[in-house]
Amino acid sequence: MNGWSALDRFLRTDPRDVGCAEAMDLLHVYAELAAADAAAAEHYPGIAAHLQACGPCGEDFDALLAAVRGAAG
Amino acid sequence: MMPGEPAVDGITPPAGLDADSATWVRSLTGPAEQREAALARLHEMLLRIAHSELRRRSGQLQITGPELDDLAYQAAADALLAIMAKVGQFRGESRFTTWAYKFVIFEVSAKAGRHFWANPPVPMDAGDWDRLPDRLGLEPAREAERRELASALRRAVDEQLTPRQRQVFVAIVLEGVPLDALAVKLGSTRNAIYKTMFDARRKLRAALAANGYLDDQTSRRS
Repeated sequence: MNGWSALDRFLRTDPRDVGCAEAMDLLHVYAELAAADAAAAEHYPGIAAHLQACGPCGEDFDALLAAVRGAAG
Repeated sequence: MMPGEPAVDGITPPAGLDADSATWVRSLTGPAEQREAALARLHEMLLRIAHSELRRRSGQLQITGPELDDLAYQAAADALLAIMAKVGQFRGESRFTTWAYKFVIFEVSAKAGRHFWANPPVPMDAGDWDRLPDRLGLEPAREAERRELASALRRAVDEQLTPRQRQVFVAIVLEGVPLDALAVKLGSTRNAIYKTMFDARRKLRAALAANGYLDDQTSRRS
């Protein structure tokens, strides 16, 4: 991949992206679906798009998923 | 209201809760003795998660030992207060514990954002724009491409972005300030800063496409 295509990927935005507020509001629901392997991204494509693009929300999601799996395990 | 007291006393858990979640809600809003025991148990769980998450982030936070323990304790205590203030709003969309864990993880993120300014970065200088491709994790094949890319993007930042968008873009991309830390500095929220950055990315992409640097087929949004 050259520099331009990498820049293109960095600047590209997904119109389905719901933003941090909505993603944070439903993060517990999304994390449980993900932990249960229940097609979370298909149920909530806007949250999935956001978690891919937003570092802090993605990090919170990873942490919550780890907590849920740790508690279940 | 005293810390640890629920916003709603003796609430009836919403219908359809799993047994464990219903027990949590009843215990946390029940008689004092039952509530104290549930609070202690929940605090212990929150503290464990706060510790685990802070240890995972300790490299970027540059925090260890007693300072990490203290931050974990604060995050767990603040999360517990927030949970007790909102326990009456829990609707059972997930298990109670998953809902509760979310609070402590958000507290850890917020505290990490504030902690960042204990060792703030050196302010950027004009030469930092030359390092833009590295900051973005781009790997231009040639030096000429590197210069052209940095120059085109800088021009678009100067010409297309509002002062606020420019401020946010420079802080996050060039200076490497974490988004949550920038929200603290600007007295804003994660959501507002993300939205500003989202709009900035969209405008920059459109400008670069209009100037023939990027494919404009995918730059347009409905």
